[in-house]
Amino acid sequence: MRYTEEHEWLRIEGDVVVVGITEHAAEQLGDVVFVELPEIEAQVAKGDEVCVIESVKAASDILAPVDGEIVEVNEALVDNPSLVNEDPQGDAWFFKMKLDDLSVLDEFMTEDEYKDFLG
Amino acid sequence: MTQNPTELKRTPLHALHLLLGAKMVPFAGYDMPVQYPMGVLREHLHTRAHAGLFDVSHMGQVVLRPRADMAALEAGLEALMPVAVSGLGIGRQRYGLFTNDTGGVLDDLMFANRGDHILMVVNAACKEADIAHLQTHLADVAEVLPVTDRALLALQGPQAEAALARLAPETRAMRFMDVITTMTEFGALWVSRSGYTGEDGFEISVPEMHAEGFARALLEIESVAPIGLGARDSLRLEAGLCLYGHDMAPEITPVQAGLAWAIQKSRRSGGAREGGFPGAAQILAELAEGPACIRVGLRPDGRAPMREGTPLWDAPEQGTVRGAVTSGGFGPSVKAPIAMGYVPPACATPGTQVWGELRGKRLPVTVCELPFRPSTYKR
Repeated sequence: MRYTEEHEWLRIEGDVVVVGITEHAAEQLGDVVFVELPEIEAQVAKGDEVCVIESVKAASDILAPVDGEIVEVNEALVDNPSLVNEDPQGDAWFFKMKLDDLSVLDEFMTEDEYKDFLG
Repeated sequence: MTQNPTELKRTPLHALHLLLGAKMVPFAGYDMPVQYPMGVLREHLHTRAHAGLFDVSHMGQVVLRPRADMAALEAGLEALMPVAVSGLGIGRQRYGLFTNDTGGVLDDLMFANRGDHILMVVNAACKEADIAHLQTHLADVAEVLPVTDRALLALQGPQAEAALARLAPETRAMRFMDVITTMTEFGALWVSRSGYTGEDGFEISVPEMHAEGFARALLEIESVAPIGLGARDSLRLEAGLCLYGHDMAPEITPVQAGLAWAIQKSRRSGGAREGGFPGAAQILAELAEGPACIRVGLRPDGRAPMREGTPLWDAPEQGTVRGAVTSGGFGPSVKAPIAMGYVPPACATPGTQVWGELRGKRLPVTVCELPFRPSTYKR
């Protein structure tokens, strides 16, 4: 598992990477009430806003952590946004991306590095 | 607006908020709890089902003590508000508004006839300006005395009556908008049966030295949980109540804000004390002819909340922006996104379709009646 400075987690499953938000991010957001997911097959570039998350407090975005193609999205979040609070690092993954080169993930933080980053 | 936390003011319950694990945020110059570990959604639902305790000590409590007689003070206040002050019974509270010369709202407030004085509760963000306004205009008729040695708590929800009655039994017999003083082990409490959630409940002014003990005693009652500003906002939005600075502002008249009900017959055209308040020409004209825009309830058809500032279009493509959302979010009891905003009368009929522009897309919104959830006041 790798982590971004935007509090996303990235998990490699074969040749795709699964993306979600960390427990820390979910806690900061508060109760999530709305999730908008990207289109499947969308080509996205690192930094693109690919998901919208609305909590009781505010709206925020999930950015594409790397360049790639969206191959799957977690429709369960649309029907049950509170899953993001209940299981952010498990069932509440947001989307899966196919990358040309998985080695780009090496630049992201390991779990220990992310813990240090949180302080 | 970022503020150094050390410069923020603290209410008498600040230490208790920290002990309860609150997440604190700056609000109107105070370090205030936005939520407790329960979280906004559950705090909201707890208040609707049981009883919620809110610290609203940041709000301004002001005593107006007449120099000569109450009648002169009442007349003085009527020169600042389009509201009947004279005629309000002793021990009764009423909703009021300060207006400016163009009829806009400077602040909204509650005032109570306490027999030998008037007690006023005003918004935190406006309190300095309100006190100055009162001192300027009422100097001849009243002493304007800000109350600085009392906390203000709100206890709201269907179990508020039973909970408060354990500590202050006399409050049980109160009706909506009654105000009493009751002696308790926490000193003299000034209690009004009112609030800002649409629920039955009370606002309780308690001497500063007893504030924490009183709050702790309430929180020991099983039905009572501490509730932060986050849920206070979603509760008042479901109740269709205006938030000053958002749904109400110096550019918006009470008639536009849907608050014509707060302007009694005696202050309207043909009434015994017609006009004579700032902006009377504009407000009386709007009462007669209708306002150019009006506050409405809005139900987004989809699931995306529409926040303050969302433009409202009259067509899914092209068309014109006819207004904007002034408060919006998710209604936990309604279980859907809800909002309030301003549109011209042509778009204000419940059932009218408008489109809110969200992230570059126009999404359908239906104009609806307010409130989103009927109030349960004990009248």
